[in-house]
Amino acid sequence: MSATAEILDSVQSSYKWGFETDIEMDLAPKGLNEDIIRLISARKEEPLWMLEYRLKAFAAWLKMEEPDWARVDHPPIDYQDLHYYAAPKKKAGPKSLDEVDPELLKMYEKLGIPLKERAILAGVEPDPNERPQIAVDAVFDSVSVATTFRETLSKVGVIFCPISEAVRDHPDLVREYLGSVVPVADNYFSALNAAVFTDGSFVYIPKGVRCPMELSTYFRINARNTGQFERTLIIAEAGAHVSYLEGCTAPQRDENQLHAAVVELIAMDDATIKYSTVQNWYPGDADGKGGIYNFVTKRGACRGDRSKISWTQVETGSAITWKYPSCVLIGEDSVGEFYSVAVTTNHQQADTGTKMIHVGKGSSSTIVSKGISAGKSNNTYRGLVRILPSAAGARNHTQCDSLLIGDECGAHTVPYIESRNRTAKVEHEATTSKIAEDQLFYCRQRGLSEEDAVNLIVNGFCKEVLKELPMEFAVEAQKLLAVSLEGSVG
Amino acid sequence: MLDIRGLTASIGDKSILRGIDLVVPDGEVHAIMGPNGSGKSTLGYVLSGREDYTVTGGSVTFNGIDLLSLEPEARAAAGVFLAFQAPIELPGVNNANFLRTALNAIRRAHGESELDAMQFLKVARVETKRLSMPDDMLKRNVNVGFSGGEKKRNEVLQMALLRPKLAILDETDSGLDIDALKIVADGVNALRSPTFSALVITHHQRLLDHLVPNRVHVLAHGRIIRSGGPELARELEKTGYAGVLAEAA
Ligand SMILES: Nc1ncnc2c1ncn2[C@@H]1O[C@H](COP(=O)(O)OP(=O)(O)OP(=O)(O)O)[C@@H](O)[C@H]1O
Ligand SMILES: [Mg+2]
Repeated sequence: MSATAEILDSVQSSYKWGFETDIEMDLAPKGLNEDIIRLISARKEEPLWMLEYRLKAFAAWLKMEEPDWARVDHPPIDYQDLHYYAAPKKKAGPKSLDEVDPELLKMYEKLGIPLKERAILAGVEPDPNERPQIAVDAVFDSVSVATTFRETLSKVGVIFCPISEAVRDHPDLVREYLGSVVPVADNYFSALNAAVFTDGSFVYIPKGVRCPMELSTYFRINARNTGQFERTLIIAEAGAHVSYLEGCTAPQRDENQLHAAVVELIAMDDATIKYSTVQNWYPGDADGKGGIYNFVTKRGACRGDRSKISWTQVETGSAITWKYPSCVLIGEDSVGEFYSVAVTTNHQQADTGTKMIHVGKGSSSTIVSKGISAGKSNNTYRGLVRILPSAAGARNHTQCDSLLIGDECGAHTVPYIESRNRTAKVEHEATTSKIAEDQLFYCRQRGLSEEDAVNLIVNGFCKEVLKELPMEFAVEAQKLLAVSLEGSVG
Repeated sequence: MLDIRGLTASIGDKSILRGIDLVVPDGEVHAIMGPNGSGKSTLGYVLSGREDYTVTGGSVTFNGIDLLSLEPEARAAAGVFLAFQAPIELPGVNNANFLRTALNAIRRAHGESELDAMQFLKVARVETKRLSMPDDMLKRNVNVGFSGGEKKRNEVLQMALLRPKLAILDETDSGLDIDALKIVADGVNALRSPTFSALVITHHQRLLDHLVPNRVHVLAHGRIIRSGGPELARELEKTGYAGVLAEAA
């Protein structure tokens, strides 16, 4: 059998994060209506303005229709057949790790998520061989169950907490910025999210502060028939600097589950936000049964001059990914970046890309997208570069590469370019290639197994993107790519 | 010892090797010459296990093992190395990383410990120096943007690092300048030992001046039509293939 035929023959799931955690849950009844929204708001002890915001969003959502322009296919979603709130019964929002349910701690340990703060001893140099410490917000179904290093961070004025807590404790900031980048009625899923969002992270970096450690949020879906509606808001004041990473996994189940997130980033003058995602939701089995529907709206506003927002994503999971992390480049000389690796195998579908909206003079953007398709999967890059008349001297460079493994998968590139300023420069390059038999043979002749050969070639293909990830995560991402494509070869 | 008997192979329904008999004893270097399209590269591919070719008959044993039953990577682990006539490009794959992955795969197969990046670089630098290759060749992507001659040298570097027991060099001398030719020949000569043998496919006598072969074989239409000592290559250089071809017909 030829290598490619074998690749096709044995594509199968190797999802290692698919276990369930048995824990007593507080579940809202199934269905979506004003009462459910009131219930969510009550559970989160929200102020009235937040409830009103949600109800307004719900009213808008009722008038909207699910978009159908993406190259994805799924049976209709019954929005009344979902639970919109699911939280572990024991004390939501414990104050210290000792109060967190040991079952949950065990689960995070199994997932490899560091929830322990290693004590930093006075006068002792940190061991250079140890991984740098990372602050983690752990979101489990609809609630944040732990957020680490909050004290260390608050010493420099950085706020890192669950968004449900920020609504209560930092209402002025939340009211000012929530929905300011992604308005409620931006799209069907953002409206839904605004009505029923449950948890996510809130980050505030004050003026001139360089966040002293990586911040990250780890999302876990565990409960059955539950939607997860993540909401994240990151604000970097003038001259501030932050690197943030999110990861996610879910149990292996036959039913499809919905994750509809909204992420908003705001960067003021000279501020930099680096936002990295390693998306590893359960992708469904080899026959396309089950898996997460990942419908996500992510957008950053470069409000300040010379501000910079950089999105890096490694997307290996989900049955369907619908996601376009975007930048609105308002400030002069502001910079937007989008680096993406999207892997689809079996029956996975990904329609992902970015939007770069150039408003400010001299704003520039870079898009590097690497799509890898195997099995019967479909992988679409969809990107928009819009240059407004005000954006004199704006520049964009787009590089879109697709790699095919086998003959039954698809790769599609849909670039939209709208330039309304003659001094702007927009460049677009696209390539599609296959892992050639001769490349595989060359590697195997040198002693590499077929699987190692595919990994080497795939990692080479993704290198430009992987090098944008924080070091430790780049290694994780490489391993994840290998695991995702495991079974894609003989 | 490499022992090829009655080997026939085809691609699609086109038969290319039509009965090859060839024995290369340990420690010997044999040259294979012959007109374009006669099946020389095919022989190299079939010996190393390329799947596009179907072996339709015959046998190949190498140091007592049935080579044809092994996957390409297992043949590599058994010591078979093919220097490609047209080396393959691997975009984005760092040459040093590729070489280390290959070397470690082979070391693993032999139950040897793997080399870390530092240990590997030490070993690799010795070889690049010997081959007069600039160090930055290790940093570049495998064969991407390499000149014709650089690609060939990179093949020899891989051979030097992997230390095969059977090296098949497919026109590794083509496209090399005079100095490089000498370096490549030295590379092979350095490996010569009682447990190393080589099949050197070439169109030119000049490589064989540096790398005196024990035997020279002429391959035409998928068969070895004549074998002789080193003098056969010199004769062919003068007379061309017409004579031997006519004789064999
Ligand atoms: N993939 C292929 N498809 C069809 N024919 C092929 C293929 N590979 C090789 N051939 C044919 O097999 C024959 C032998 O090819 P091969 O490359 O072995 O010749 P060679 O002796 O190495 O020639 P050269 O001296 O030009 O390198 C040629 O006629 C060639 O066209
Ligand atoms: Mg040839």
